[in-house]
Amino acid sequence: MTVATATMNQISTQTQMPKSLWADAISRIKRDKLALTCGAIIIFYALLALLASLGLIAADYAQTNPQGFSPPSPDHWFGTDMFGRDVFMRTVHGTRIALSIGLVTSLIAIPIGVCLGAIAGYFGGKVDDLIVWFYTTVDSIPDLLKIIALSYVMGRGILSVYVAIGFTTWVGLCRLIRAEFMKHKSREYVLAANALGASHTRRMFVHILPNVFHIILINFSLRFIIGIKTEVILSYLGLGVEPGQPSWGIMIDDAKQELAQGVWWQLAAATGAMFFIVLSFNIFADALRDALDPKLRNK
Amino acid sequence: MLTYIARRILYVIPILFGVTLITFVLFNLVGGNPVYQKLGKHGSEAEIQLLSKELGLDRPLHEQYLFFLKQCVTLDFGRSWSSNQKITDMLSNGIGASLSLTVPAFTISVLLSILIALGAAFFRGTIIDRGLVVFCLAGMSISMLVYIIFFQYMFSFRLGVFPITGYDPSLAGRWTYLILPMIIWIVVSLGSDILLYRTIMLDEIFQDYVRTARAKGLSEKVVMLKHVLKNAMIPIITNIVLEIPFLYTGSLLLEAFFGIPGLGGMTVQALYNSDFPVIKAMTFIGSMLYVFFNLVSDVAYAIVDPRIKLE
Repeated sequence: MTVATATMNQISTQTQMPKSLWADAISRIKRDKLALTCGAIIIFYALLALLASLGLIAADYAQTNPQGFSPPSPDHWFGTDMFGRDVFMRTVHGTRIALSIGLVTSLIAIPIGVCLGAIAGYFGGKVDDLIVWFYTTVDSIPDLLKIIALSYVMGRGILSVYVAIGFTTWVGLCRLIRAEFMKHKSREYVLAANALGASHTRRMFVHILPNVFHIILINFSLRFIIGIKTEVILSYLGLGVEPGQPSWGIMIDDAKQELAQGVWWQLAAATGAMFFIVLSFNIFADALRDALDPKLRNK
Repeated sequence: MLTYIARRILYVIPILFGVTLITFVLFNLVGGNPVYQKLGKHGSEAEIQLLSKELGLDRPLHEQYLFFLKQCVTLDFGRSWSSNQKITDMLSNGIGASLSLTVPAFTISVLLSILIALGAAFFRGTIIDRGLVVFCLAGMSISMLVYIIFFQYMFSFRLGVFPITGYDPSLAGRWTYLILPMIIWIVVSLGSDILLYRTIMLDEIFQDYVRTARAKGLSEKVVMLKHVLKNAMIPIITNIVLEIPFLYTGSLLLEAFFGIPGLGGMTVQALYNSDFPVIKAMTFIGSMLYVFFNLVSDVAYAIVDPRIKLE
């Protein structure tokens, strides 16, 4: 007995403890300079959005000025728009709207996708058939038409943008979660939980869910890209947030007439702001996927 | 195999039924009364009743649904609310312009991205490959609307190479109007296509048969072209087949922006005019094509790869 413990101790000191998935992922991301930079940019934008929504920075974004379309100057870093409003402040406030779309649509789409996917994959049979039928049906309607139809019947405004994007973009996640649950439900740790008397809900959400959580995290970071890009298109179609609101989509849409008059700064500011955050999310999500999904490594 | 194909075909029916159900619920239940949208705020009581009767909105909901279902089955969607044209005529008028824009643009962008992806896979891991990936991601981080606004400004307004907007329905005259939208389509799709095809090819590169091919002394060029590309073509073609249904709508944004009278521009116009029958027809036909091409790709895949069976 004592001999056995001694050898065990010896072994554990000699061989390194294997890292957990998350510890391994974090150390991988830490080594990836590009991903770290992108993470920092995302945090910076989030901070801007937070401060702007608290009214601590760029509070005068709606302040009009009789002299419109003034080019960038020390007073107005990114110039002013048609109504003399400061483009820099509007861009900063645009961050708030852009990130809120990613966040709120995630709060709608992720629970739907995870719950339906978990139920379908875990129980199988008739329930699975029904859920697969449902998401295949939703998926069959072209994305843009679905989003347009929903935001159209909801009317204009930020709320309808949230609802339209949130309720239409859960299918991909649902599919992935279903497939994972089908794999996991017959694994030993779930059978063991069953033997110990864990209920279905407990097995699904306490035992299996943490093991597929990385999929949700990757999906979460990709959703911001979809949200930001869709908002621009909805704004162009007149289905986005209210015209007075300083969203990047509204700013880009306004710019379609301005460019011919030589007013480039509003388009440049909104495009630039969007470019860095979407690129950062793209690269960061990629790094996250590489770090968390061992099958995709070295690609 | 035959039972698989038969089951897969039968599965189309519940899906299309579901699509009609969702479309109907969306427009007839959630959407509020379209009569108000059509008449505006100043319609009198008599006008509202007359219009409701005319549009069949005074009938019970299940009758309205059955009517819509009949329209979908016969593909006869009635008349547009705004122009009073037959929707079938509108569809057949618009499809030519849409396909003239999308088919050449799609073909060029697919071929170009397969070629570039092959190059990236060849130089995998080097600075060229890394740079290309970042470049693609950067291109994908700019809104399509920005590309449209900027290209139109640059090439039509400033340089005057292409007309700003407009369309010539004659077969020879339309191309001058279509080249710029095509270029924008290609620029916008290249980024994501290259990345996707590159991933598919890299999936193949680490397979055993590639190692065998190298081990027997084949050059990297032969390995890439004869072995990797050939096997990667299966998922690539599946992907292409799944994108075909989207070609018929053309591009909502491009057509609306450049005034091309295709189905995409028609949908945007219907949107502005609250033209529910047109939007419903477009939604249903779009879904139908999607379901059909999905079926084609599944069946083709099952023929190529017998391991796949409907679960």
